[in-house]
Amino acid sequence: MTIAVIRFGGSNCDRDSVQALESMGFDAELVWHADGLPEDTTGIMLPGGFSYGDYLRAGAMAARSPIMGEVREAAADGTPVLGVCNGAQIGCESSLTPGAFTTNESARFQCEHVHLRVENAETPWTSRYGEGDVIELPIAHGEGRYEIPDDRLDELEAEGRILFKYCNEDGEVTPEANPNGSKHAVAGVTGECDHVAVMMPHPERASLEDLGRTDGQPVLSGFAD
Amino acid sequence: MTAFTATVTVRLKRGVLDPEAETTQRSLERLGFELDDLRSADVFELDLEAGDADGAADRAEEMAERLLANPTIHDYTVEVARAE
Repeated sequence: MTIAVIRFGGSNCDRDSVQALESMGFDAELVWHADGLPEDTTGIMLPGGFSYGDYLRAGAMAARSPIMGEVREAAADGTPVLGVCNGAQIGCESSLTPGAFTTNESARFQCEHVHLRVENAETPWTSRYGEGDVIELPIAHGEGRYEIPDDRLDELEAEGRILFKYCNEDGEVTPEANPNGSKHAVAGVTGECDHVAVMMPHPERASLEDLGRTDGQPVLSGFAD
Repeated sequence: MTAFTATVTVRLKRGVLDPEAETTQRSLERLGFELDDLRSADVFELDLEAGDADGAADRAEEMAERLLANPTIHDYTVEVARAE
């Protein structure tokens, strides 16, 4: 099995993602977008970065690249897909997942550690946590504010499609703990099926024991399901 | 076929926070200007050939739907004029 980590022009978390996945025992491969998905792809990661220089909107160009048609088909066939940061923006721009990630409320690029509360522990990406667990992951984004019409967000909440919410270290979702002004403090959501998910915080940057915290490993372990 | 210029204006939907516009407004106010609100928009001018203005507008609209705007957060308008 091979997890394809798709590299677009401007991706910059692609090698980190491969390294994190390999350190956990996964077979992971960098895939240049123009080369298409390898035949033995059993998982797909859309890594962070600034694909196409964030032209037009973050993720807009990559979302319309031909490989994303293959990603959509693979997702529909049950292949797990995880988009992180710019990969999350690409996921929403390509309608793999609902909503949009847009300019932070602060209008600034924010690079810091945040706390996240696990909202639904019954998805592949969260099943190794417990519901309500508080984890710490890094964020690094200028366009991470989750936006979606209120009625759609209520539906997502009711359907258990919110993976994580920004919270304080005690697990309380407060305006102060919301780093980018995301609606309902949403940090990650699933697509129509929960094997497709996107999140702005970086699990792959908190997965190597040599670098400290490994709170992100359980997210990446979702590729094993 | 006739040459047209389609102007697609993409705006955030009313009610969607626009931190860049707010920052721009604050800067204008710091310069001493008085204003009640500021909204920003992206404008795309598309030169294209079409049988008539409706055909040009349809094509520009499809471009807006599929790339230029994100329907989750944006509204857009299309105006078509014969190219000079």
